[in-house]
Amino acid sequence: MQAESVFRESLVTGGKTVADVSQDISCQVENKPTRLWWTAFGISLVLLTYGGYCCWMMLWHGIGMWGLNKTVGWAWDITNFVWWVGIGHAGTLISAILLLFRQRWRMSINRAAEAMTIFAVICALSFPGFHMGRLWLGFYWAFPLPNAFGSLWVNFNSPLLWDVFAIGTYFSVSLVFWYMGLIPDFAVIRDRAVRMGHMTRAKIYNGLSFGWDGAAKTWMRYESVALILAGLSTPLVLSVHTIVSMDFATSVIPGWHTTIFPPYFVAGAIFSGFAMVLTLLLVTRKVFKLEDYITIYHVELMNIIIIVTGSIVGIAYITEFFIAWYGQVPAESYAFINRATGPYWWAYWSMMTCNVISPQLFWFKKLRTNLVATFIISIIVNIGMWFERFVIIVTSLHRDYVPSSWTMFHPTMYDIGQYIFTFGIFFTFFFLFAKFFPVINMAEVKSIVRATSEKKNKAH
Amino acid sequence: MASKENFLVGIFDNEEVLLHAVENIRDKGVKIKEVYSPFPVHGLDEALGYRRTRLPIAAFLFGMTGTITALSTQIWMLGFDWPMIIGGKNFFSIPPFIPVTFEFTVLLSAFGMVGTFLVVSDMKPYKWPRQYDIRSTDDKHVMAIDLGSNKIGKEDIRRILKDNGASEVNEKSF
Repeated sequence: MQAESVFRESLVTGGKTVADVSQDISCQVENKPTRLWWTAFGISLVLLTYGGYCCWMMLWHGIGMWGLNKTVGWAWDITNFVWWVGIGHAGTLISAILLLFRQRWRMSINRAAEAMTIFAVICALSFPGFHMGRLWLGFYWAFPLPNAFGSLWVNFNSPLLWDVFAIGTYFSVSLVFWYMGLIPDFAVIRDRAVRMGHMTRAKIYNGLSFGWDGAAKTWMRYESVALILAGLSTPLVLSVHTIVSMDFATSVIPGWHTTIFPPYFVAGAIFSGFAMVLTLLLVTRKVFKLEDYITIYHVELMNIIIIVTGSIVGIAYITEFFIAWYGQVPAESYAFINRATGPYWWAYWSMMTCNVISPQLFWFKKLRTNLVATFIISIIVNIGMWFERFVIIVTSLHRDYVPSSWTMFHPTMYDIGQYIFTFGIFFTFFFLFAKFFPVINMAEVKSIVRATSEKKNKAH
Repeated sequence: MASKENFLVGIFDNEEVLLHAVENIRDKGVKIKEVYSPFPVHGLDEALGYRRTRLPIAAFLFGMTGTITALSTQIWMLGFDWPMIIGGKNFFSIPPFIPVTFEFTVLLSAFGMVGTFLVVSDMKPYKWPRQYDIRSTDDKHVMAIDLGSNKIGKEDIRRILKDNGASEVNEKSF
């Protein structure tokens, strides 16, 4: 067996046994939803309905409903797209990269984080989808299919097409990875349902678990699959935001044409993703009483990752500014001075405050182990990361090369409505997940619970 | 109905006891059909004498298929079938084709390996697994011993199981 360091804090508290893990996690699926759950789910449905109306209007009348103009041709749509994709990155980081590094604290948070990844990517995909105008033809335009004009193929030199493949692969591989983790846990719920006499539920969860039996041979293969999926997902997740950043970096727009974009975007993505994981998990652990599984220690470790990635993002902002001055390209210098002091100064300084200053507060142990402070800062970080994308995109575009076309961007209710729509999708899916799927990876937590609880018993 | 298969089912509460038990029981010459656990027990596959899985090889082969398919498709489409002048660049050069090639490699590798896993493990949504003890997904490790394939008598095996720390020994027929 693996040795447990005495200097590390326990990952599962409360002296839980293996049977307790099955009980504590499965009962959330088995019990009737609480009033709190119905309220939260109802609010998500309201968001979804209002957003759905805005999306329908936009599909019917076209994307002229958005506030874009001939100077600012990309604004909220791509801001929101990049924001959501970035949020997704934390889930893969937790499940894949931390698995490769054998970080066992990932075990009680990976399930919810991966679910978040999948829902965030669905939200992200809706923006380029709607931007194509005719959503139902999107598949036909984006993939290399023979078409009506002879075989005029898609342009494989374009980062936008790389995005199609990167995000398509990212979504489907993350889904498979997440589902693989769920298979043994569905079997737990199936067998509990058999013992309780709920045969319909048992049949449904058996189908979901693909008839999982937990044999040593299956576990051996399963672990091998999980390890290789982690190995594949690690470069995949890094490639996704790299390619997203290339949508900008390969253009010749001042403020976008920067070689530091790939690492800068990846760090920003993980930064915002961890903030969103914290926002969701702090609520989930409270509502589902999972304080023994998602401990203050987990929160603290995630906050440390926020300091690290937040500082990388801060350095990237400063580097961009430095290079704009050092490079001595007038258009480039202007773009950056305009960001900080031009008409969008408020967006720039919101970004700086939220992303560079607020995570530094986590250097204080009191703050990074305080749940209220963590919750507030996690939301501030996400606001800041939204502004980052807005600043990069809109401030670079709104000052064109020709001063007569200089303009401002004003979102319409349909821009805002579609953003609300994605929140509706995200929270509706998340609450459905939290109700019907086990929110913590039981099999993995069971493999560490014996070691931690025995140590605790010895200490008493 | 065909003749019944009879099993002796040993229940273990602790994975460390289980690991030693598996080694000792196999040393005594008892053939273990399979062990069912609620979570992966490290070293159990070696103790049971299983050969390492060849799924990584499958993943590699699927990945290579993806690489070759994506690269050759892109070269053929933009280089030969319908060459287009885009920004005055070459009709085909390898670097811009790398991102899509990489993504497609990962896609085929992941799906191919998971598909292979489901096939070799005989997992499908409409299959109900044979369960020796329903607690094997909760907190018990369940060792199934096929009496038909063992020369040692039932009572001897029962005693060996008990001696090696099994908390219960049950009989099960299918």
